Amino acid sequence: MSNLSVVLKRELASYFATPVAYVFIVIYLIMSAVFTFYLGGFFEREIADLEPFFRFHPWLYLFLVPAIGMRLWAEERKFGTVELLLTLPITATEAVLGKFLAAWLFIGLALVLTFPIWITVNILGDPDNGVIVAAYLGSWLMAGGFLAISACLSAATRTQVVAFILSVVVCFLFLLSGLPMVLDLFRGWLPQAIIDGIANLSFLVHFTSISRGVLDVRDLLYFVLVIGFWLAANRVVLELKKAD
Amino acid sequence: MIRAQSLTRRYGPLLAVDNLSFEVEPGTILGFLGPNGAGKSTTMKMLTGFLEPTSGSAQIFGHDIRNDGLAARRRLGYLPEGAPLYGELSVERFLSFVAEARGFRGDELRRRRHAAIDRLNLGEVAGQTIETLSKGFKRRVGIAQAILHDPPALILDEPTDGLDPNQKHEVRRLISEMSSDKIMIISTHILEEVDALCTRAMIIARGRLLADDSPEGLLKRSRYHNAVTLVLDDLQVAASRLGELSEAAEVEVRRGRLTIFPSGRGDLFEAVTRVVRESGWQVSQIQLESGRLDEVFRTVTGAPERAA
Repeated sequence: MSNLSVVLKRELASYFATPVAYVFIVIYLIMSAVFTFYLGGFFEREIADLEPFFRFHPWLYLFLVPAIGMRLWAEERKFGTVELLLTLPITATEAVLGKFLAAWLFIGLALVLTFPIWITVNILGDPDNGVIVAAYLGSWLMAGGFLAISACLSAATRTQVVAFILSVVVCFLFLLSGLPMVLDLFRGWLPQAIIDGIANLSFLVHFTSISRGVLDVRDLLYFVLVIGFWLAANRVVLELKKAD
Repeated sequence: MIRAQSLTRRYGPLLAVDNLSFEVEPGTILGFLGPNGAGKSTTMKMLTGFLEPTSGSAQIFGHDIRNDGLAARRRLGYLPEGAPLYGELSVERFLSFVAEARGFRGDELRRRRHAAIDRLNLGEVAGQTIETLSKGFKRRVGIAQAILHDPPALILDEPTDGLDPNQKHEVRRLISEMSSDKIMIISTHILEEVDALCTRAMIIARGRLLADDSPEGLLKRSRYHNAVTLVLDDLQVAASRLGELSEAAEVEVRRGRLTIFPSGRGDLFEAVTRVVRESGWQVSQIQLESGRLDEVFRTVTGAPERAA
């Protein structure tokens, strides 16, 4: 695993060598502010918490994380650099994990840069900072889930736009599987246990409970398993498609 | 030593490489020759561990590319087709990445990177972003990353493809400089390259090995080998007179040149010069042919001979 950090460093160097990093961070910060203050009614609620800030994160990630993830493998395959990368003494597992971690840390950096809103809410009132830390952690884990899905689908194609669209669709399904509009489709003809299972796949359900400050091991484990599953799939897809 | 045993690769119904076996010793520059789509790149991709063979195996200095892939890859330098590079990085940053992946750190890393930059004359562009470089420089960066760890075996997929004649010359010079104790495998469809560079050539077409010989050996297969070509005024008279020689098998007049092919009995060149002296023809050129690789290539790969 010694070369994991080598891959990670190179990926991060590439983010900051191109406008990708700066565009992403700026758009992310602007969008999260717009959602918090206009749609979330941060001031109007007159409650000292960050609920209006975190509430929109799943929707923000739905588009922004696939935009980061789409290039991970599709670009390497398009330019042929995947051949360079995988003929170095780097294992496919190191490459998959290194790329994922680089992108995840990068999203984490964008998330950390939202700290002014934390300062703001602490100046205005007396929020429960434990809940806020938990919500930040939950938000980052959820981003990891979206990212692992996007990374896997990025390995399936050479075209970044296709990778983006596929990722948004699959992320959308994972996001919504807990909502009544999805569950009502199954209610009535599937046993309750399976419906509960589908509901449990939802990012929203797990994220909402973490963001309320309830750090349940099952919610954390859920995201870890989702990330693990999609990264394992990423490795398989890469192996199958790298030479096409 | 590089050893390939019954390497085979299928892409769906297409058989890209068909049961290829060979061995290469250090000190050899082996040229993979073949038409486009012959299976040269696929073979190289299997030797470097990028592609899994459908069946068969290969060892790089005793390390199996499948079961012991990391050790095999450590002993290889590889320039993939088209020299793909991370264009957004600077030359130095990119070479640092490759050096780190090769396990070098600190001073050793800087020394290796510096040596590779020096060797390929990349000093003036070391700080530049790769995508802003010319094709010739990019190719040199690609070779720099392949030789950075001074590997005992180098595999270069079409190293001179798409370069101008000066750049081609430069790359060839580099390759022959480096070759003394290494294994070099180079793929090309440029025949002059084989003659200029390689100590051994393998002709591959439709995934199969059709010839494995030294360039001189391949030239001997040409029907032009030891033929004599003349340029003179009265082609027809000379053609009929020289065609009667017992040393001559056949004569050919093409584009103002007369070529006499040897029958294998006696020294054709000597016989032709004797006749020329005796008859007093005005000969402006006389040449003993060593053979023509393009002709051997077409014959071996089975491409139809074009009418003159």
